[in-house]
Amino acid sequence: MQALSHQLLSGLANGSIYASVAVALVMIFKATHQVNFAQGEMAMFSTYVAFTLLKAGIPYWVAFAITLVCSFVIGVAIERVIMRRFRAASELTSVIVFIGLLLAFHGAAEWLFGPVIQRPDSPFARDAWYGTTYLSPHEVGMIGVTLVVLGIVFVFFRFTRLGLAMRASADNPQSSRLVGIRVGWMLALGWGLASVLGAVAGMMAAPIVYLSPDMMGGVILYGFAAALLGGIDNPWGAPIGGFIVGVLENLAGAYLVGNQLKLALALGVIVAVLVFKPSGLFGRTVVVRV
Amino acid sequence: MVSADAAVTSAPARRLGGRTAAVAALVVIAVVAPFMVSGYHTHQLTEIVIYAIALLGLNLLTGFSGQISLGNGAFYALGAYTAVILMTRLAVPYWATLPVAGAVCFVVGVLFGRPAARLEGLYLALATFALAVATPQIFKHDALQPWTGGSSGVILDKPASPIPAQLSNDQWLYFFCLAVAIVLFTAAWNVVRGRTGRALVALRDHPIAAAAMGIDTTSYKSVSFGVSAMYTGIAGALGALAAGFVSPDSFTIALSLQLVVGGVVGGIASIFGTLFGAAFIEVVPDLASKLSDAAPTALYGILLIVCMMVMPDGLAGVVRSVQARLARLRHPRTRT
Repeated sequence: MQALSHQLLSGLANGSIYASVAVALVMIFKATHQVNFAQGEMAMFSTYVAFTLLKAGIPYWVAFAITLVCSFVIGVAIERVIMRRFRAASELTSVIVFIGLLLAFHGAAEWLFGPVIQRPDSPFARDAWYGTTYLSPHEVGMIGVTLVVLGIVFVFFRFTRLGLAMRASADNPQSSRLVGIRVGWMLALGWGLASVLGAVAGMMAAPIVYLSPDMMGGVILYGFAAALLGGIDNPWGAPIGGFIVGVLENLAGAYLVGNQLKLALALGVIVAVLVFKPSGLFGRTVVVRV
Repeated sequence: MVSADAAVTSAPARRLGGRTAAVAALVVIAVVAPFMVSGYHTHQLTEIVIYAIALLGLNLLTGFSGQISLGNGAFYALGAYTAVILMTRLAVPYWATLPVAGAVCFVVGVLFGRPAARLEGLYLALATFALAVATPQIFKHDALQPWTGGSSGVILDKPASPIPAQLSNDQWLYFFCLAVAIVLFTAAWNVVRGRTGRALVALRDHPIAAAAMGIDTTSYKSVSFGVSAMYTGIAGALGALAAGFVSPDSFTIALSLQLVVGGVVGGIASIFGTLFGAAFIEVVPDLASKLSDAAPTALYGILLIVCMMVMPDGLAGVVRSVQARLARLRHPRTRT
């Protein structure tokens, strides 16, 4: 029983990382109907930025904040310089461009920071008061940070004029342009925010999966699974999907398939959702008029 | 007027003649090349031929039937492991492993393609991406270890030349791969130009219209997935022979993405573009890695993006547009 609750809770902790990634994916999907295959590698790159700052002796939360700003700028720049040219491109073209981004970030990180696996420390002290028998302080901190960040994002989208403008341009770009919203910049902002969410996920994941250019391979797969399970066009579904696949990963890893097939499990979830319920748990079923 | 008509009717004939001549020249070069270069370069040529077969598999799927696959490396791995298991466990001769590898991959491809046929392009890309990421882990699994050798992999004896006086082992393997490639390319060329090819292109360009005209979309899509897997699997089996070693970490997502790069650079809907693409992914990483080990990956990435901006049809597209321009210069009155 104790083992089970441990698996459940630490599944929620992993799930918080998938939730951030999934929300980032959904954010870009809502606005552009493209899936950002490079989301994981962008997050990995941001994590390296944070790690470099930490090594330079900057305190963790300052480095955290600087990294978020850097990630935001990188995200906006990618949209402005590259993605805007492909807004009307075919699916094949946009997938290939995203694969290009993925490879570029991967290569750049390996080039700049080396392929060696490093082990960053958790910002949450090992003996902190909020650690419990079921969850380490890092896992508690991870859930906490994710919930705060997602909370801020939802408040931003729900209660600010800028958030409203961004939702409007994702929903109906033409009408938004007519009422004076600068749709192009709203998309760029969305990219920036998605990149920030990815960076949070990367920094929180780093003490667990360790820091290397390959660190996000498994995370992004579970992020995809989470986004699809929650319904890829539903920003509320994504975090729920994230927590569900986190728990599922841990339970199946402990009792069903073992640790060796965790990636295959993510593949299974992705294929199962796509085949049996393509709109996910909370997504809208899309009906195409011929 | 008469001369213009003559130009119109003779243009396709001349183009066909030119194409035959080009293919003949290519075959002559391919046959002579291994006698002109060192053993290492012969090995590289062999790898180019193998990549070309794998890219052909990808192009048949993505270029002609319009399904995006980011996971063809999984079928490459499946083909390679089929060949390895047959050779090391069942002592099957190397040449006999190819049809089996092709058949296994075809069946698995159809089984994966059947549900995948229901997916729109983007979702298929997602599913195949996940397949590519998960592949090494599946082959590493303990349950398969007696056959696959687990993460440490399996070492193979390279095929020996039956006429060692005339051909070295490297040269023999090269000609073996070349012969397989010629058969597979000819088959693909005929399929694409025929009824099936037209059905596939219709499916790619307008799925609804294609279905309305009586094309069984699900069957065509899943069979083309199977054929693509078969080509890629045969390439994988040949790749295992050429490398003499197989391990799960040879088949990471990097392999699948490398195939995508080759397909895009060569031209995703072009059969002969696969040759450009294959040469590119064989030669360029070698050159770029002199700069840094990570340079090929970074370069691939930037190149994919630039490719999509300036030459979305790949090198084959560039060649085609140069040809068209030359033709227009020669016959200013015939507009293409």
